[in-house]
Amino acid sequence: MGRYVLLNVIRGILTLLAISVIVFFLARLTGDPIDVLGPENMAPIDEQALRDKWGLNGSLVEQYFAFLGNAVRGDFGPSFKYPDESATSVIADRIPRSLQLGLAGVLLTVLIGIPLGVLAAARRGSWYDRVAKGIALFGQSVPEFWLAIMLVWVFAVQLGVVRTSGRAGWSSIVLPSIVMAVFGIAALLRLFRSSMLDTLGSEYVKLARLKGLPRSRVVWKHALKPAASGPLTFFATIAVRLLTGATVVEIVFAWPGAGLLAYEAANARDFPVVQALAMITSTAIVVMNLLVDILYAYLDPRVRLGQKVMA
Amino acid sequence: MSTMEPVLTVDGLRTHLFTRWGTTRAVDGVSFTLHRGETLGIVGESGSGKSMLALSLVRLTPEPAARILAGSVVLDGTDLLTLSEKRMRKLRGSAISMILQDPHQSLNPVFTVGNQLAEAVHVHRPELAAAAVRERVLDGLRKVRMPAPERRLRDYPHELSGGMKQRIVGAMAISADPRVLIADEPTTALDVTTQQRYLRLLREIQRETGVAIILITHDFGVVAEACDRVAVMYAGRIVEQGPVREIFDRPRHPYTRALLDSRPRRDVRLDRLPSIEGSPPSLVDPPPGCRFAPRCRLAAERCTAEYPELTAVAPGHETACWRWEEVS
Repeated sequence: MGRYVLLNVIRGILTLLAISVIVFFLARLTGDPIDVLGPENMAPIDEQALRDKWGLNGSLVEQYFAFLGNAVRGDFGPSFKYPDESATSVIADRIPRSLQLGLAGVLLTVLIGIPLGVLAAARRGSWYDRVAKGIALFGQSVPEFWLAIMLVWVFAVQLGVVRTSGRAGWSSIVLPSIVMAVFGIAALLRLFRSSMLDTLGSEYVKLARLKGLPRSRVVWKHALKPAASGPLTFFATIAVRLLTGATVVEIVFAWPGAGLLAYEAANARDFPVVQALAMITSTAIVVMNLLVDILYAYLDPRVRLGQKVMA
Repeated sequence: MSTMEPVLTVDGLRTHLFTRWGTTRAVDGVSFTLHRGETLGIVGESGSGKSMLALSLVRLTPEPAARILAGSVVLDGTDLLTLSEKRMRKLRGSAISMILQDPHQSLNPVFTVGNQLAEAVHVHRPELAAAAVRERVLDGLRKVRMPAPERRLRDYPHELSGGMKQRIVGAMAISADPRVLIADEPTTALDVTTQQRYLRLLREIQRETGVAIILITHDFGVVAEACDRVAVMYAGRIVEQGPVREIFDRPRHPYTRALLDSRPRRDVRLDRLPSIEGSPPSLVDPPPGCRFAPRCRLAAERCTAEYPELTAVAPGHETACWRWEEVS
């Protein structure tokens, strides 16, 4: 098990290194930042000062290693848009707000999506199953921005039960987290329904019933646990997307999180902030995948030791 | 052998499958009696309804397609078909339990063997403390001659061989001292030497516990080895039943006869094994007469018009054939 975790950690670090290369050189593809961002006809001495400040001295490779060295210590240089602040501190303000919203979204996704999928499979063919399939179809096809605007129109404008946008009080988190969760709920519902149908039809579920276990226990223990590892991969993708800032939702609801910041920074060509966000998001994805791999091993003992798997 | 005290009496059991293509009469009026301490073999080819019969006895037929329409399954004086699901559930595993065909598929891959065994004990004896449950689990494993039972508890199914897994399933099935044990082709997925050992193990367990066994198989060799009595199923009905020796020596149904003839034998050298011409009838709208008639060499006019009910031809030996006297 220790070996399994270690291998995954090493793989994660290699992935992050590769991403850092992409992030760094992609930003440079648009040319020398000085040409784009510095004033026209800048005096050479001013240009040199700017280069020193933004770490643009030396060859591209030297710059990359300087970038990498600083990034490891959490330093992505000063923000271009807010020159008095570092990119890291700009982001640090926003991340907790995105996390707050993302966590609410993830909770809704899990607490609604999984039970709906499990029950749909357990009552296959019933009216409940048909309704669940309808929810899945709706959730996976409705555009986020449209749903967001509709919810705002109904609940904020017409009924006036919540504010239209911004972040004030607990009620302001309700609509954005619902919008964020809808896609994930639909996806988990479908994935759990189909993997549960497989396990519910298995011989070991039949044997569990033959032992005299109540049907509910068989569904929620014997069928659910082996059914969970498939949808887990997809869940990780959804969770990272939600936790690192859902840009569309944050824009529509003017939620001052990392997603909205990414949008602003890209518009303002604030490269250090964009790079920092990209690296932090990537790190989150890598860490999430690592957690998922460990969770896999917990859910399916056959994964624990790659070499010992028998058919 | 048996003291002829009936444990399970099945009468007129009828289980049909309702599908888009019509109604399949999978079990169509089956009656038999199982006595204490005996092993009854139920033989038939695939599709003869024997597995559906087994699932009907424990009321776990596939929903919603299958429905038990008529009959009774009386276990120690209680008709299982009239019980509520809640009461039926309490009898599953404790009064009547079952071993499934494929040991590789029967155990849940994500729970330890110990967990799954303990569960079977705990569900029927919730008052037992963890240590007592563990003791009973180990006791069960010893009954199935599992070497080093303590070490097995923390194993996952994929760490065990097929024969070991089937013994675990066996331990699970007898852990709550059932009166009746149904074994649905328990050795089909095992290799030949393991098969032999498993059948012997079932015999030993039976001698120790007095459990009555229904052994479902398509293999007359297994019947000869492990059963006291045998019932031959064809197209949803029992066509002949009786003591194993009697059936082997004096089959009184052409189908039984044909099945026995198509076995490979050591004492007779043949270029080709005889096989039964044709294929089993569709169980959707079967013909009114004997269902074997279209494939039967002895079939006469009466055979296709009227179904022959089971009639006694010798003590304990019944056959459903109009021309049984001509079968030899």
